[in-house]
Amino acid sequence: MIETVDKKVQVLDFEKPIYVMQEKIEELKKISMDTNMNYSSEIETLEKQTLEYKKELYENLEPYQKLQIARHPQRPNFFDYVELMTEDFIEFHGDREGTDDRAIAGGVCKINGTPIMLIGTVKGKTTKENLECNFGMPQPQGYRKALRLFEHASKFNLPIVTLVDTMGAYPGIKAEETAQGTAIAVNLKQMAKLDVPVISVITGEGCSGGALGLAVSNKVMILEHAYYTVISPEGCASILWRDAAEANKAANALKITGDDLLKFKIVDEVIKEPMGGAHYNPELMANTLKNSIVRALDEFKDMSPFELRNHRYDKFRALGVFAQ
Amino acid sequence: MTLTDWFNKRKQEQQQALRENEINIDDSVGKLWSLCYNCNSQLPKKDLENNNMVCPICDYHFRISARDRIKLIIDEGTFVELFSNIKGVDPLEFVDTKPYYKRQEEAHEKTGLDEAVITGTGNINGQKVAVAIMDFDYMGGSMGSVVGEKVTRIMETALKEKIPMIAFTASGGARMQESALSLMQMAKTSCAVARLNEEKILYITVLCEPTFGGVTASFGTLGDIMIAEKGARIGFAGRRVIEQTIKQKLPADFQTAEYLLKYGQIDFIVERKEMKEKLSKIIEMHTKK
Repeated sequence: MIETVDKKVQVLDFEKPIYVMQEKIEELKKISMDTNMNYSSEIETLEKQTLEYKKELYENLEPYQKLQIARHPQRPNFFDYVELMTEDFIEFHGDREGTDDRAIAGGVCKINGTPIMLIGTVKGKTTKENLECNFGMPQPQGYRKALRLFEHASKFNLPIVTLVDTMGAYPGIKAEETAQGTAIAVNLKQMAKLDVPVISVITGEGCSGGALGLAVSNKVMILEHAYYTVISPEGCASILWRDAAEANKAANALKITGDDLLKFKIVDEVIKEPMGGAHYNPELMANTLKNSIVRALDEFKDMSPFELRNHRYDKFRALGVFAQ
Repeated sequence: MTLTDWFNKRKQEQQQALRENEINIDDSVGKLWSLCYNCNSQLPKKDLENNNMVCPICDYHFRISARDRIKLIIDEGTFVELFSNIKGVDPLEFVDTKPYYKRQEEAHEKTGLDEAVITGTGNINGQKVAVAIMDFDYMGGSMGSVVGEKVTRIMETALKEKIPMIAFTASGGARMQESALSLMQMAKTSCAVARLNEEKILYITVLCEPTFGGVTASFGTLGDIMIAEKGARIGFAGRRVIEQTIKQKLPADFQTAEYLLKYGQIDFIVERKEMKEKLSKIIEMHTKK
């Protein structure tokens, strides 16, 4: 990754040609200014070519390139979305058993005027933030906090929205001692019983049970460059290929992109990102995301608790491919 | 023939002879004797089999197949296998170092099973139960679409017939070759447990060697009563992954049944020879009123 010309966005390796082209354009503009020569037609052609190249590049990204966008250090995180698309967010902390896991946050807020319970995994933007939120990898206590908030929302008739962006549940000693597996399993089971609409969006990384633990929902959506998988491509490569460096092969084989997931009905909607990814225009991303969430909430607002539970059950009951 | 050639040829011949010898040793000893992984004793296979695949010297519990477990737990002649018509496909056309369909074929040849779980109904000391029994030898007992579907269906059977449901787990986790479809089986089976809960159907999980990943994080740890078989290793993340993440060695007893008991994660540990009686008593106390 290199620093860019505009010093704001960190450029990924496969994006470098774009910046080379943009630098050329800038150079030409400068020359034209300095020498009073008219290069405007050349500049225009170059700008057009750059734009076409960008479109071509971003619309045909390999899974492994999408993965890099999904993991971009400047990708909007949970609190960015809170700020950009909700009002009056009040965070509810803690699992009531001694821990406030910072890798999962949640609270009440309004989206387009409707009160909801918003819960999500949190990634940091700086090293300090990342240490605090454990790089977005929750401990069992995080899932138990989420469960507490799910049940609170169900009790007070608040629709639930979850934003998922995690490399997975944390693999550590304390996590095992305090039953990481059970914490996730209980969430999967209890989410089935919730009386309110549940909407989930995979906003970045959706790795394994750690992501699913917040996503047994009536509607599951995914951002254009986000991914959702049973195991990280690196983990898969190190087991099946015995070499983590084969991660790009694993990323292809695992079919992790929105379009593939749509085919198997694992996600219901792919939400378009600004060109190049959410980090190029967080405001636009938040706005698109907000619209999708508002529409989804609207879809389920007239369903009774019984219908909502059955809808959720039937949705997951139908997933899987087999012969009989 | 140069001198180098001669040396190479001789080396090859020696290696060949060595390989043949190895096979010979395996053939004669392997058929009659087993080595205990725990105490390294040579055990006559017959003794081991007669002792439910438990080492008579150190009490080490060998892994057993799903078929053997049925014989051990279910009253003779009462087991009715259900949903064996559900068979695996290769939805993602997944290829790693080998295509998925090849791995499925090999697993079938090795185990005689069509998938990593057997489901059905049968009696435990005369009390009818629904069971799902996993087999680790079929692709590491991993859960893909078929395992998820069969487990869900047998839970639905328990629900319909109002009989207790028991799951015996042995699994490395979700099956990577079906990616997110495998992940969704965790949600599907857990939702089925939610229905068992709502109807107050007794659900018991018996965690056997080994139970990890997606099965631990779904129906495996959702039992009203959770039992671990003696010596079983149970966890969410694998030992190696944790060691790599935290960059330190883990204690020897990490993630054993005994360790889980210490941390309050399971109700109790049972030795294989007592499994049937314990299950029978629990079912009796929870159903006869």
